[in-house]
Amino acid sequence: MADYPFPVEAGHILLFARSVGDPNPIYADAAYAAGTEVGGIIAPPTFVQASAQFNPDYPLRPRIGAPWFGSGREPTGLVPPAPSSSGGSSSGGGRGGGGVGLHAEQHFEYHRPVRPGDVLTPTTAPGKSWERTGRSGLLQFSESVTEYRDANGELVVTARSVGVLTTRPAPQDDAKGEGQ
Amino acid sequence: MSLSASSIKVGDTHSAVVVDNLSRTQIVQYAGASGDYNPLHTDEIYATKVAGFPSVFAHGMLTMGLTARLLTDWVGDGRLLSLGSRFERQVWPGDTLTATATVETIEESGDGPVVQLSVQTVNQAGDRVLSGTATARLDP
Repeated sequence: MADYPFPVEAGHILLFARSVGDPNPIYADAAYAAGTEVGGIIAPPTFVQASAQFNPDYPLRPRIGAPWFGSGREPTGLVPPAPSSSGGSSSGGGRGGGGVGLHAEQHFEYHRPVRPGDVLTPTTAPGKSWERTGRSGLLQFSESVTEYRDANGELVVTARSVGVLTTRPAPQDDAKGEGQ
Repeated sequence: MSLSASSIKVGDTHSAVVVDNLSRTQIVQYAGASGDYNPLHTDEIYATKVAGFPSVFAHGMLTMGLTARLLTDWVGDGRLLSLGSRFERQVWPGDTLTATATVETIEESGDGPVVQLSVQTVNQAGDRVLSGTATARLDP
């Protein structure tokens, strides 16, 4: 995956904080934030996951003019994209090969707060992969590590994501304990 | 305000309801903000008829984002050094989630005291949906 810029914008931080139900003014009110220890608006702890918005290759966003595997009036019958390790943005790709791609783990290390005006560059490298047998059959795990660096090349956030691909669809709650 | 090491001890817990009766609309809101439009989370026809789930369900990262609020409200803004989650069960529309952080260790570092927390989030049935760890820089 080619590197791409992830411009951090105050409006995006506001919308993201709302979506995770967090009314903290540190994410929305510049005047309030100016008087705090961090000195300005910062992003919530899981915000860098929204780098997916700027990833030109992100598979879980409908593309203008391209077929989309989600339903219209009825299911399309299209096969979802295979889960990719497009780190910082994987929640699994759907049902490649008849299984379901799900997000099993996510870990962040924070080197400094993310702020509006930052232009981060996420760089993703594949990590380990392993298998085990779970309640719904063979589970294939894969890890990716994404470094988010600022315009000066300084590390801002390190993200480690673990995805799991099940070998067949989960009919009910069988995917419990295997991610989401 | 940030948390000070002198105000907590190992074994202390901090808990809060982080979402009450999760709506499908909030899941869609998270999809829009995060950019993760996987129809497993946003498209009931796809989630049920194609993928075979009982309904759409929340992104793991939504559960993690909801849980993170408990931590930042407690330790203070910009104080987290790390946050990790394992997604243990799916979170469904209508779920009410309660997150709890427990003080595991408090250690001195070159940059002041650092707390290590264990974190878990449970649904209204008491089933754990997320387990994790966090570290944060404290005031003395």
